[in-house]
Order: sequence, then structure tokens, then C-alpha cells
Amino acid sequence: MKIIVLAKHAPDPESEISVASDGKSISQSGLVYDINDWDRYAVEEAIRIKEEKGGEVVVVGVGTNCDDTLRKCLAMGADRAIKIPVDTSFDAYQTAEVIKEAIKDEQFDMIFAGLMSQDLNNAQVGVLLAAMLDLPVATAVAELKVEDGKVIARRELEGGYLEEVELSTPCVLTIQSGINEPRYVSIMGIKRAKSKEMKEVSVSPSVSTLEIEKMYLPPVKKAEMIEGDPSQIAEKIIKILKERGLV
Amino acid sequence: MKVFCVAEYRFDELNPLSVELLNLANQIKGDGTAEAVVIGKDVGKYAEELAKYADKVWKVEDDSLENYTPDLYVDVLLQLAEREKPDLILIGNTAQGGEFAPYLAAKMNAPIATDVVAVDVSDGIKVSRYLMQGKLMVDLKLKSTPAVLTIRQGVFKEGQEVGGEIVDAGIKPGKESRRKFITFVEPEVGEVDITQADIIVSVGRGIEDASNIELAEELAELLGGVVAGSRPVIDSGWLPKDRQVGISGKVVKPKLYLALGISGAFQHIMGMKDSELIIAINKDPEAPIFGVAHYGAVADLFDVVPELIEKLKEIKG
Ligand SMILES: Cc1cc2nc3c(=O)[nH]c(=O)nc-3n(C[C@H](O)[C@H](O)[C@H](O)COP(=O)(O)OP(=O)(O)OC[C@H]3O[C@@H](n4cnc5c(N)ncnc54)[C@H](O)[C@@H]3O)c2cc1C
Ligand SMILES: Nc1ncnc2c1ncn2[C@@H]1O[C@H](COP(=O)(O)O)[C@@H](O)[C@H]1O
Repeated sequence: MKIIVLAKHAPDPESEISVASDGKSISQSGLVYDINDWDRYAVEEAIRIKEEKGGEVVVVGVGTNCDDTLRKCLAMGADRAIKIPVDTSFDAYQTAEVIKEAIKDEQFDMIFAGLMSQDLNNAQVGVLLAAMLDLPVATAVAELKVEDGKVIARRELEGGYLEEVELSTPCVLTIQSGINEPRYVSIMGIKRAKSKEMKEVSVSPSVSTLEIEKMYLPPVKKAEMIEGDPSQIAEKIIKILKERGLV
Repeated sequence: MKVFCVAEYRFDELNPLSVELLNLANQIKGDGTAEAVVIGKDVGKYAEELAKYADKVWKVEDDSLENYTPDLYVDVLLQLAEREKPDLILIGNTAQGGEFAPYLAAKMNAPIATDVVAVDVSDGIKVSRYLMQGKLMVDLKLKSTPAVLTIRQGVFKEGQEVGGEIVDAGIKPGKESRRKFITFVEPEVGEVDITQADIIVSVGRGIEDASNIELAEELAELLGGVVAGSRPVIDSGWLPKDRQVGISGKVVKPKLYLALGISGAFQHIMGMKDSELIIAINKDPEAPIFGVAHYGAVADLFDVVPELIEKLKEIKG
């Protein structure tokens, strides 16, 4: 069983966010990067399948600065990494296109992507890649069973419902958070990862479908703010609750 | 402009977002048309509902379309789009629409923008959408038509009735799906039903660790409420799945929703925005949760919650 996992080195939405002076991009100062949260689950799921059934896990990252994330995946237990050192930024077509090109000589049973990237929130790259490779797809996979030549996936729907579907392999799955408990990277893992292969494949995107006009902080309608030290805040909250008969 | 809107239904009910797509289509169609597409085995009743808001409703019916699969939805939509040549295809940003929309776009070589909250067609197709889980916004221009957009739920609720015709599209899937639908799985029921609670103390990633849930439990007990949480708290296993508030969890409308260390991502807000009283405590003054809260405090929950507990204990004696 060979699984390709896409892992993005992505800024954490909880880091300090501001718009760069061009008004069209995110200012890099204050951004903290790590493996995209959804991709942690995807990498973990792939490694578990490999541990049970044997095979290989290959991680693929797009970005000039994605080494740390690829190393982390190798330390978790992925076998090798492919780095595509190009910054595709916004256009998911570009990201999917360069990944397609970089893996064209790989035979695989499955490709895992995260459901979405935590910075762009597009939820596109995995599905676009599936379409470009003309493979069956399932998104938001919350439970997975792998059998010979097919997989049974439970997709997350709205309201806590799941949809169970069966796909033939090869296929592309996008993984929802919570499908497993991603392991922590051990010191041993980090040591072992040093000797693992990280291959660079240079490809440039050719398509361009979008243009950024403007980036800005969304206006937030503000709640009535309670000021003061923690004790005063607590006091005011209790006053509000009392007025409403809630305490 | 000719605008297609792909309808969605589940468990015998049309998703209200399908009508919202038509509301948007009617706003932007100019001297063109707003046309719904409904796909399935027996979709007459959905077509009738949609026809109230559409200039035309295309019915695509076949036994093999009884349950949604991306393969066959894309297959029939490609055939219809090729023949009818829409300028824009609107799809709900749902578990279903969000899945097949990028696939369809790629097969059409069409630009796509997902989770869109505003559309402007006065000079090409421009859209607005959030980035960074709601903390940043971007205006994008899609460089060509036809284009595909997935639309966020709840944004285009206002609209007028149009009253259009229902037409059989005369299209059948040209292949077999490589993905088979097996069954729907219902959510598990736990011991506490948070949808019935009057008071909810809800914790987010800001609670930091499983051991801190106790703090929320103690506060909830003093208030006579229950503890719920945002998705990361459930994903981490700190609370059971049935305590999740949000689009993929439960929708709650308690008398009090106390949000502790929750940023206020759209998927969370959809599950609690109609609560009677929302009070949010968050360290980040820019947290989007303050956009839905009635009262907010920029503070460390680990400072405020112990104070609340102490003061409530005093009151209770
Ligand atoms: C398809 C899909 C479905 C989803 N469904 C759901 C759903 O049903 N429910 C849901 O909740 N999410 C859902 N999500 C996830 C959602 O997008 C967000 O990732 C999630 O809601 C964020 O949870 P959070 O606010 O707890 O964490 P974060 O966004 O990480 O926010 C943590 C907040 O805590 C604050 N904080 C940190 N420490 C403290 C402290 N000591 N005191 C006070 N404040 C502090 C921070 O300032 C921050 O605002 C879904 C996502 C997708 C893609
Ligand atoms: N730059 C990237 N490098 C590697 N994988 C990526 C990259 N961008 C997106 N992906 C993958 O595609 C998924 C969806 O991303 P997006 O379409 O940006 O929301 C992510 O969870 C990743 O698995």
C-alpha cells in the first residue's frame, strides 16, 4: 500500500495577522508557521495504515519554506518527502498542478490531503488533484477502512451525520480533523528522520485563474465590552446574569 | 448573465441554502436568468419548491442518481453545462457541494472560489471570502467565465419569488460511479443533550488541556448548566462528540451561552448564534466571537473563571 500525503507548511490563524503594505497579501511579520492542522491527521492516518498493512508513505509539500513541516512528517514516520520549492500562494489550481507534475512517476494506491488549509480555507487542492488525475474522491473523511482494491470511508456531513461510501483505489481522500489522535514526534523519530530522503522537484505552475484585488481585516461588529480586572469582570458578568434571572 | 444553481436535499428535505443560491442568482442575473438544477431519482417535489424562486428548473432524473455521488453529479452537470452554457454555477458550500464543486470546475477548466460571502458582477466576476478562519478577508477576481462558486450558508436569505417553469433536462449519466453510497450513519446519543440545556458553558482550544475541563465543569454546575465545546476540544478527546457545538455538531439556543477561549469560526457560530444571551471571554480583542456575543471581555479565562466560581459560591452560601 503506497500512500501519498500532501502536507502544507501553513501560518497558524491564531498568530498575529495583518495585511502587508501592498494591500493584497498577508504580512509575514507575526505569522507562526507549522504543519497545517488537517494535514497532521492525514499524515497520521497514512502512517497507521502503513504500520498495519506495510507499504510506503510519501509526503509532498509545496512552498519554498516547507522543510520543517516535511521533516516533521518524516519524524512522525513517513518514509520520504518530495519538496516542490515554489510559492503558489492563492490559486489552488497552481498547487494541484505542480503536485500532479511532481508525482507523475509515482505509482500509488491513495492520495491523502487535508480537508482544508488553515490559512486559505479553500478546501480545493485535494479535489482538484483528483479531477486532474481523473480519480474517485471522498472529502471530509472521518473514519476509514482500507481493504483490497477498495476503501470504505465515512464522510462527515452536517449535524453530526456521517455518510458511508465505498471507493475503488486508486483514489483521493481529504481527511477531516478528529479521525485519529496524531502522535507526537519523538526524539528517536527526529533522529531517524535525518537519514530519510527529501527530494526537491522543481516545477512551475502554468495556470492562473484568480487575481487578488484586495485583502483587509473584516469589520467585526463589537459586543458590549466588559472592562476591568478579572474580579471586576466576574462581578459584572454575575450582575448581568442576575438581571436576567439566570442566577 | 445565465446563472445555474445546483440544489441540494437530504432526508426528504430541500436544503434552504438552495433557495439562498437562487436569491443571489436573481440579484446578479441582470437581463439573464436564474436557473436551478436538481439531480436525483424522483425530484419533482424539490423542483416545484425551487420553481418559485427560479426562472427555470432543470430536472435531471435517473435511478442511478438516487443517492449523491460526486462522479455522477459531475458527469450530468458537465453535460448540461456544455449544452446550456451557463456563465456562472452556484453551489452550496456544504459537505456535498464543497466536494463536487472543485471537481466540476477542474473538468470545465473553470475558475473556482469557495465559501463565498459576496459577489459583484459589475466588472467581471468578483467575490469576497474569508481567510484565516474568519480573521482576514479577500476580494478576488475570477479571470474567466464560466466560473464556479460555492456559497456560504445564511448570507443570501432575502429574495423574491419569481415563478418559473420546470423542464426535464433529458440528461442521463454516461458512466458508472466509482464511488458507491452505502448508508447514512446517525449521530451517537450520549448522556447529556446539550440542545435541551438552558445554560451552556462552552470551552474552546483556549482551555489548553483536558485537565482544565474540570474548571468549566465546576462553573457549569454552579450555574445549573452543562459543558459543551468547540471542535478542537472534541477532536482532542477532552469532551465527548455529542458535546460539540457547530455546523458538524449540535445547534443550541440556550438562555446563556458562555464562550470561554473560543475564537468564533463560522462553523462554530452557526451552532450557537441564536442563543438568547452570549457572553464571550477571550484573550484576543480581534476574536470574531465578539461579533456575535452580546457581552465580551478581553481577558484570560484562567483569571476570570476562578473569580466567577468564587463569587457564585458566595451567592449560594
Ligand atoms: C467542515 C468543517 C466543520 C466544522 N465544524 C465545526 C463545528 O461543528 N464546531 C466547531 O466549533 N468548529 C467546527 N469546525 C472548526 C472551525 O473551523 C474552527 O477550527 C474551530 O471552531 C476553532 O475552535 P476554537 O475557537 O476552540 O479554537 P481556536 O480557533 O484555536 O481559538 C482559540 C481561542 O482561544 C483564545 N484563548 C487562548 N487562550 C486563552 C485564555 N487563556 N483565555 C481566554 N482566551 C484564550 C484565543 O485567543 C483564540 O481566540 C469545522 C471546520 C470545518 C472545516
Ligand atoms: N502548499 C501546499 N503544500 C502541500 N499540500 C498542500 C498545499 N496547499 C494545499 N495542500 C493540501 O491541500 C489541502 C487543502 O488545501 P486548500 O485547498 O488550500 O484548502 C491541504 O490540507 C493540504 O493537504
